Amino acid sequence: MNLTLTITDVLMGSHGVQSGLSLFQATSVLAHLSIIDIIIIASYFVMVVWIGFYLKGKSNTGLDFFMAGRQMTVWIAGLSFLSANLGSLELMGWAGSAYEYGILASHWYWIGAIPAMLFLGLVMMPFYYISKTNSVPGYLKLRFGESSRVLSAVCFAFMTILMSGVNMFAMALVMKVILGWDITFSILMSSLAVALYVGLGGLRSAIFNEVLQFALIWCGALLVPILGLIEAGGWDNLKAKILMNYHTSEYTHLWKGLGHFSTNTMGVQWTGIVFGLGFVISFGYWTTDFLVVQRVLAAKNLRAAQMAPILASVFKMAIPFFVILPGLLGLVLLRNNDGTLMHLVGQDATSAANPNSYNEVLPLMMERYLSPGLLGLGITALVAGFMSGMAGNVSAFSTVWTYDIYKALINKKATDGHYVSVGRWSTVLGVVVSILTAYLVMQAAGMMDYVQALFSFFIAPLLGTVLAGMFWKRATKEGAFWGLLVGTVTSVGLWVWVKMDPSALRYVAFSPDAKAMAADLFRALWAWTACAVVTVAVSYCTPARPLAELAGLVYGATPLPQSDPVSIYKNHWFWAAIVIIMFFIVNIVFW
Amino acid sequence: MKYSGSISIWFFIGVLLAFYGALILGYGIYELITGNLAPVVLAGLYAPVWWGGMMLALGLFYCIRFSPGKK
Repeated sequence: MNLTLTITDVLMGSHGVQSGLSLFQATSVLAHLSIIDIIIIASYFVMVVWIGFYLKGKSNTGLDFFMAGRQMTVWIAGLSFLSANLGSLELMGWAGSAYEYGILASHWYWIGAIPAMLFLGLVMMPFYYISKTNSVPGYLKLRFGESSRVLSAVCFAFMTILMSGVNMFAMALVMKVILGWDITFSILMSSLAVALYVGLGGLRSAIFNEVLQFALIWCGALLVPILGLIEAGGWDNLKAKILMNYHTSEYTHLWKGLGHFSTNTMGVQWTGIVFGLGFVISFGYWTTDFLVVQRVLAAKNLRAAQMAPILASVFKMAIPFFVILPGLLGLVLLRNNDGTLMHLVGQDATSAANPNSYNEVLPLMMERYLSPGLLGLGITALVAGFMSGMAGNVSAFSTVWTYDIYKALINKKATDGHYVSVGRWSTVLGVVVSILTAYLVMQAAGMMDYVQALFSFFIAPLLGTVLAGMFWKRATKEGAFWGLLVGTVTSVGLWVWVKMDPSALRYVAFSPDAKAMAADLFRALWAWTACAVVTVAVSYCTPARPLAELAGLVYGATPLPQSDPVSIYKNHWFWAAIVIIMFFIVNIVFW
Repeated sequence: MKYSGSISIWFFIGVLLAFYGALILGYGIYELITGNLAPVVLAGLYAPVWWGGMMLALGLFYCIRFSPGKK
């Protein structure tokens, strides 16, 4: 990832955001669209807005608008769960990371996602689902009371909407760079479409569009690695060419170089990847971030809610094929006009000699292979990715604002119809604030860093609080609140420390060879640890809730429902076992 | 997901894929007939023909399988 990346960068692929700022200076346009391409892109916008209008009449109650009626099947909930994360520059950001760091970037798709997704489906989902909560802050209210709920809801709503704006701006920049579109035009078009279809159809519309976007992303992006592999002569030849051109095998090994900070392209060590990424960041994001959890809460029953993340994990494991592989292919296939190897550089190092940055690797690969029509499909895939991420942010904001802030603090006794209206208007409000944020970021480039960092401060401590709530009966509301607060303050403090004195990284990550990537991984680990220690210490000093009050909320105090016997191919444990086997296979194959 | 009297999301996906597939396949056939290939690498593989054809077939399958009129 980026030299200044944060946890949110890491999880959401916002790598392209900062680079977008440097791209803002770029004058050349990477791709030129034909009339077929324009028809394809325009028809996509028409379709998503039409879906919003179509679903408006089916989103009149709070349950329909905020929870999609809890009617989603395994496939819909699972693909939507994944698609909400697939936005926000995921495609371009991670392809750029693969060019910069090699296959190590796949860790964010495999160890940085698969175990957490399985844990959500197998272990945590019953508690979220049985408690009938509308949101993750809602669960904290049930388990720990109002203080933890309000703290987490306010932080989540604030950060989500800021992130939405940052991503909106980033998308507009990318469209400007790739297609030469005007920034204001891009922002208004995309935000209007998202506001219309989420505001009209609520979560159901967001979910429907995310599934549509998922299909388009696959159709639009899959052809590039297929043609790239054909040109490179297969995987073995690709590896041989990378070795020949760069004289290192670090680009094509997942674990081999992680013994020490200095023996791999990222400057990280295996402990940071396993515990920082694989546990704290990954579990924090995939199991407690309401942006994604909301999608599985909309499942039609507990079995579907448990299967959805497991199904999503199968597709998640395959995404490196069309995100990471194009980056690796770009290392040896992209050429200048004179036939020499093209050299992409970091965001701050672009020059007349090297005008393209890492983040442009995917558009460059698209331009290399995709003829009219296919190029439009590829661009539509990028736009769809941006919009699904933005819609995910906005719909999650709308729910948390309405249920966990407005209903909890401002108007407790309104009718269901009133809350639906608040939800619709908060969607519009969210989009408007996102637009303002986008322009604010445009005016103050450095703000982007801070906004993303702010979001990241909350993920690791929230994991500590939710895990304590679900799996430790002795955890008290005071422990949860102070743990969450101290964990967040720890994260902020470490970030400020390293920002003011970069050499402090040696203490945070335990090595003078650690690079920026390691800072995020170890900061998350520290924040989670601080949260856990304070939660335990304060809980032991304060009175616990009676066991009877914890039914449906805590492991050990909740009789889990016995589902009807199903055939083995419908059993979530069976599919989780298959996914785990596949997970180990890919890690061993690319060791 | 399909509700009583409503259209499945898979039908929407089918419509869009079939439309896109038809456009891309149409362009590919134009390239094939005229020999006027777009200036892209591996143009000789006629990717628009097989990729567009595959999308069209997949889209039509979804349109028929999840047709609103189908019980």
